[in-house]
Amino acid sequence: MKILVAVKRVVDYNVKVRPKSDGTDVDIANAKMSINPFCEIAVEEAVRLKEKGVATEIVAVSMGPKQSQEQIRTAMALGADRGILVESDDALEPLAVAKCLKAIIANESPDLVIMGKQSIDGDNNQTGQMLGALTSMPQGTFASEVEIADGKAKVTREIDGGLQTVELTLPAIVTTDLRLNEPRYASLPNIMKAKKKPLDTTTPADLGVDTAPRVQTLKVEPPAERQAGIKVADVAELVDKLKNEAKVIS
Amino acid sequence: MSILVIAEHDNASLNGATLNVVAAAKAIGGDIEVLVAGSDCAAAGEAAAKVDGVAKVLVADNAAFAHQLAENVSLLVAEIGKNYTHILFPATTNGKNVAPRAAALLDVQAISDIISVESADTFKRPVYAGNVIATVQSSDAVKVLTVRGTAFDPVPAEGGSAAVEALSSADDAGTSSFVGEELAVSDRPDLTAASIVISGGRGMQNGDNFEMLYKVADKLGAAVGASRAAVDAGFVPNDMQVGQTGKIVAPDLYVAVGISGAIQHLAGMKDSKVIVAINKDEEAPIFQVADYGLVADLFDAVPELESSL
Ligand SMILES: Cc1cc2nc3c(=O)[nH]c(=O)nc-3n(C[C@H](O)[C@H](O)[C@H](O)COP(=O)(O)OP(=O)(O)OC[C@H]3O[C@@H](n4cnc5c(N)ncnc54)[C@H](O)[C@@H]3O)c2cc1C
Ligand SMILES: Cc1cc2nc3c(=O)[nH]c(=O)nc-3n(C[C@H](O)[C@H](O)[C@H](O)COP(=O)(O)OP(=O)(O)OC[C@H]3O[C@@H](n4cnc5c(N)ncnc54)[C@H](O)[C@@H]3O)c2cc1C
Repeated sequence: MKILVAVKRVVDYNVKVRPKSDGTDVDIANAKMSINPFCEIAVEEAVRLKEKGVATEIVAVSMGPKQSQEQIRTAMALGADRGILVESDDALEPLAVAKCLKAIIANESPDLVIMGKQSIDGDNNQTGQMLGALTSMPQGTFASEVEIADGKAKVTREIDGGLQTVELTLPAIVTTDLRLNEPRYASLPNIMKAKKKPLDTTTPADLGVDTAPRVQTLKVEPPAERQAGIKVADVAELVDKLKNEAKVIS
Repeated sequence: MSILVIAEHDNASLNGATLNVVAAAKAIGGDIEVLVAGSDCAAAGEAAAKVDGVAKVLVADNAAFAHQLAENVSLLVAEIGKNYTHILFPATTNGKNVAPRAAALLDVQAISDIISVESADTFKRPVYAGNVIATVQSSDAVKVLTVRGTAFDPVPAEGGSAAVEALSSADDAGTSSFVGEELAVSDRPDLTAASIVISGGRGMQNGDNFEMLYKVADKLGAAVGASRAAVDAGFVPNDMQVGQTGKIVAPDLYVAVGISGAIQHLAGMKDSKVIVAINKDEEAPIFQVADYGLVADLFDAVPELESSL
């Protein structure tokens, strides 16, 4: 079974991103970039399926600038066999990313596609579901457990009320939630080996995908700041403040 | 303008999140219709017809929609959605599961998690864990949006008398099936709707210690939440996670106990009216957003808080 994993290059989760003062864009010129944490979980899941003998090949795909090669190499160091970069310097929207992935899938015919539920920059939580629509594949979103058996995927999903389990025909799409697994650290020998694994490059135009944005960002601004609060000395003072000053308890 | 609101429901009743979405629809302005897709869902349809401001309710009652499987519901939404200028979903796990799939079928770039309506095509939404608010404008003919409930005050559940129309659609993609679910049962209020929330973090040390928070919650009529660290460690189930990638809450009072205040946690609670932090580390970042900070060992402070309520 072949697995395709989507990996996105994003600002590292430890960086506190701020808008530029002119409000045109975010200020990330020198920010540390990493693989999106949910994509890392996706790669780990694919690698575990390979280690269990369920999967035979893992292909890591990223859409983005040339430097996204770094995130593909990270995926390879974790265990992906080869990579594909769809190179574009434009800010690709989820629909455009899903269209690129659809074109890649037409060439690669994976049995399973694993991607993150959400990118921690755009916070869209859309791409996997859109890819499902474009390819007519079923989707197991926000997955906390994935089991492949008898040509089907059984996916346990984290939903608002608790957990839901669905069964999907293959090929299928899985998007990862935090509890699916804990990604390993890449070892130095594996990082070295990853440098020699094959990485192909293509472009949205080569794939026949129009990436013109549908949604335009007019402005970015910081959220409303909270006013600094006070420290209370003890529980009695806290209760008094909540009752008599904030009036949120009675 | 004609707006389709996708109802969140359990076939028997309407989930409150739907009322916040209708509020967002009102902010856009125009005729508001509500789609109730389910199985044996007539009761939910009737509840939707009573919602203030709703002109029409469409009920698609079919086994294919019993568990809101995205593969099936998205086909239905795409089929009828072309007739509307806007399609609005709640930003619940269910809404997030279906909305992008329906949008892609319509060749539309959806807009996630809107927190304000600037005009019929322009909306605000948080990005980068809420550290940045983007104003975005859609050029698609149909706007597909998910609505962050905490940003819109719910419309009244009563007062309307909309016409109810049955749809005969039975879209079944045949690629997915429902196996089962494990739903949390609790007498406490729903996390996203509660006016008081008390959350515990890694500092709670284990699941048993959450009992202390449940006792306080029961005295206050509060819901109980948690940080990712507490969920990952297995102290409490996933549905209690508050944050960028969990639930978004904005109660009148939020009490963070043994939570450091990582940006991903703040993203889920910093719009609360009053924030209280109880933490033994006076340098913990949670104190930067807290209205009232108590530097104390939670194992002393929480029982004392409970007995003084
Ligand atoms: C302030 C700001 C302004 C912006 N302005 C614009 C603009 O004007 N025009 C515009 O077109 N876009 C703009 N963008 C980009 C856009 O909003 C999103 O970042 C982009 O659409 C991708 O969405 P997402 O990553 O949140 O997708 P999600 O749906 O959250 O991603 C989920 C998963 O899909 C996969 N995935 C997503 N993208 C990729 C990728 N590139 N490569 C590989 N896998 C991927 C990953 O597995 C990921 O975990 C802007 C973003 C920001 C933050
Ligand atoms: C992709 C991604 C998504 C994420 N999404 C979320 C999310 O949605 N929600 C979320 O919460 N996090 C999320 N996180 C995790 C986040 O970065 C933090 O790791 C997490 O919030 C920390 O939880 P915590 O504050 O409970 O634990 P810690 O940071 O370990 O803090 C524990 C605190 O408890 C205090 N403490 C310990 N003992 C006591 C005591 N006896 N009395 C009083 N205080 C005590 C300590 O001083 C400390 O401040 C995400 C991270 C990533 C990478």
